[in-house]
Amino acid sequence: MSAPEQSPARETPVVEKAPSRLVPVGRFVVTVLRMPSGLFGVLVMLAFVLMAVCAPLFIHPSDLSVTQATGPLLSAPQHGYPLGTDPAGRSVLLLVIWGSRTSLAIGVMATALTMVLGAGIGLIAGHYQGRTGRLLMHVTDWFIALPSLPLAIALAAVLGQGATSITIAIGVTSWTGTARLVRAQTLAVEARPFIERARALGATDTQLITRQVLPNVMPLILVSSTLTVASAILSEATLTFLGLGDPTSVSWGSLLNNAFMQGAVTAGAWWYLIPPGIAILIIVLGFTLVGRAVEHALNARVSPR
Amino acid sequence: MSVGLPLEAPTVSGPEEGPERSDFWVYLARKIGAAIVSFVMLLVVGFVIFSLMPSDPVSALTRGRPTSDAQMNHLRQQLGLDHPLWERFLTFVGHTLTGDLGYSYEYHQPVSTLIADRLWPTLLLMGTSTLISIWLGMWLGIRAGWRPGSALDRGASAVSLALWSVPTFWLGLILLVVFGSGSVGGMPAIFPAGGMQTHGTAGGLAPSHITDVAWHLVLPCLTLVAVIFAQYVTIMRSSIIDERGNPYLLTARAKGLRDEVVRRKHAVPNALLPSVTVIFLQIGGMIGGAITVEVVYSWPGLGYLTFTALRIPDLQLLEGTFIVFSAAVIVCNLIADLLYRALDPRVRRQ
Repeated sequence: MSAPEQSPARETPVVEKAPSRLVPVGRFVVTVLRMPSGLFGVLVMLAFVLMAVCAPLFIHPSDLSVTQATGPLLSAPQHGYPLGTDPAGRSVLLLVIWGSRTSLAIGVMATALTMVLGAGIGLIAGHYQGRTGRLLMHVTDWFIALPSLPLAIALAAVLGQGATSITIAIGVTSWTGTARLVRAQTLAVEARPFIERARALGATDTQLITRQVLPNVMPLILVSSTLTVASAILSEATLTFLGLGDPTSVSWGSLLNNAFMQGAVTAGAWWYLIPPGIAILIIVLGFTLVGRAVEHALNARVSPR
Repeated sequence: MSVGLPLEAPTVSGPEEGPERSDFWVYLARKIGAAIVSFVMLLVVGFVIFSLMPSDPVSALTRGRPTSDAQMNHLRQQLGLDHPLWERFLTFVGHTLTGDLGYSYEYHQPVSTLIADRLWPTLLLMGTSTLISIWLGMWLGIRAGWRPGSALDRGASAVSLALWSVPTFWLGLILLVVFGSGSVGGMPAIFPAGGMQTHGTAGGLAPSHITDVAWHLVLPCLTLVAVIFAQYVTIMRSSIIDERGNPYLLTARAKGLRDEVVRRKHAVPNALLPSVTVIFLQIGGMIGGAITVEVVYSWPGLGYLTFTALRIPDLQLLEGTFIVFSAAVIVCNLIADLLYRALDPRVRRQ
C-alpha cells in the first residue's frame, strides 16, 4: 500500500543525511560566502536591499515629482546631478535609487507567487503519482511550451496596467521550471524509508507533504527562488518598458519606458538610458551568482567528490 | 504517454517490436496528436484570457470613444456576446481554424490581414539573427567545450552570463543611441534609427532596396544575436563535453590525427545531432526578445504590431498575435521532435 512505485533516485541525487537543522545551515552559509561569486552576489543583494529600504530617508517626494523638480531639463551629468536629469528636471540618480523599490518589490512578490504555484503543483504532482500527478505534469509541460512574453503581455493587457497585473503575469508564466524541479525532488524524497515509516505510523497525505517532504525540498526551492528573482526583475523591466506598468510609479522599467517615449534616444541622452539598465544588470547578476553558488554548495553537500 | 512533453528529449517507447517503419508512424502520429492537444489548449487559454477575463469586452473595445448604447448593443450582437459560453467558444474555434482572427477596430482591417502583412519582417529579423547566432554560438561552443576551463571557455561563460543579465530592449536602446542617433560624443549616425526601409523608397526586389533593408537590419539583428547566441554556446559546449569522453575519440587520437582534426571530423558531427533539435526548441524563448527589439527599432513586424495593439489596447489584435506566436512555437516544437528522431539513428534503435 505504501509502495514506492518507481525508483526515481536517478533523477535527482538524494540528500543522504539530515541531522540537526541549524548546524548545517551555518556551515552552508559559510560555504556560499567563501565562493568569490557567492560573496559578490550576497553583497550586491544586501546593498540593493539596503538602498531600497533607506531611500525614503534621503529622497523627498518633491525630488520625484514631475511638476516640482528644480533641475535643468534633460541635461548631462553636472554638479549636483551626478547622473544628469530627465526631461522634467528630476535627478536620474535619485530616480534610479527610488526605482529599486518598485523593481525589487515586484521581483520578490512575483517570485513568491511563482514559488507558491510551482512548489504547490510540484509537491502535489510528486506525491499523488497516479492520474492527478500525470495530469498536472502534462499541464506543466504544456505551459513550458507557451512563449512566456506573449502570454504575459496578453495577461497584463487584459488585467490592466499596474503592479498587480504584472506580478500575476510573471507568476503565471514562470512557475513551470520550479514545478518540475520540485516534483523530481519530491519523487526522490518519497522513495526514502522515513516516508514509509511516517505512513506506517498513520500520517495523512497532508502531514506527509508538509512535515516530511516539504522540509527536504526546501533547499531546492531556495535555489530556485534566488534564480527566479533575477528573471522576474528582468520580466518586470520588459513588461513595464512595453507600457504595462503603473504609469505613476517609478521603476527601472518605467524609467526606460519614459526615456524611450520622450525621445532620449534621438536626443542622445545616454545618461538617462544607461543607469537603469546597469542597475538591472548588477542586481540580476547578483541574484544569479548567489543562486549558482547556493546550487553549487548544495551539490557539494549532496555528492562530496 | 508523452503527450505535451515538448521540452524533454523525446522518448521512444516501443512496446511493439515491429519493424522500424511502422514504429516511425506511431511516433509521428503521437507527436502530431500532442501538437493538436497543445493547440486546443492554446485556444482554451486564448478564449479564457481574451473573452472571459475582461468583464465587458465591448466597453474594453470602445474605451475612449463616444459610443451610444444602441451601438454597444449592436457590437455585442456582432461579437456574439449574447450567446451561451460554449457556443461562443465553438464559434471562436471555428473562426480561428478558418483563419478568421477577428477585426481590429483600430486599424479597420481584419486581424489576419494585419498579421499576414507583418509576418515577413519578423521572419526576416528572426531568421537572420537565428542563423548568425547558431553559427557564432557553435563556433564558440565547440571551442569552449573542447577545452573546458580554458581562458576561452571561462570568457565565453562570463560574456554569456553578462548578456543574459541585461534586458534585451536595453541593449537595443544603447546600441541605438550609440550607433543610430548621431548625437553621442560626436559619433556619426552609422546606422538608421529605426524602421525597415528609408522613407519614400520603392519596395520590390531592386538591389538598392535590398541593401537598404539590410542596412536597417544590422542593429536589430546585432541586438538579438547578442542576447540569443549564448544559448547556442551553452548547448554546443555541453554537447561537446559529453562526446569528449567517448572511446572513439581515443581511437582517432591513437591513429595519430591532429587534435583539430579529431575535433572537427570526429567529435563535432556527433555533438551536432542533439544540438540541431534544441535549436528549434529555443524559438519560443526568442520570440520575447524579438518583440522588444522590434519595439525599440520600430521594426514593422508582429512584435511591433503587438506593441501598438497594447497601447490602445486592441484586444482582438492582441489575441491574434498571441495565437500566432504560440502556434508558431507549437509547430517548432513538433519539428524539433521529428528532427530529433530523423537525424539520430541511435534514438530509433533504443
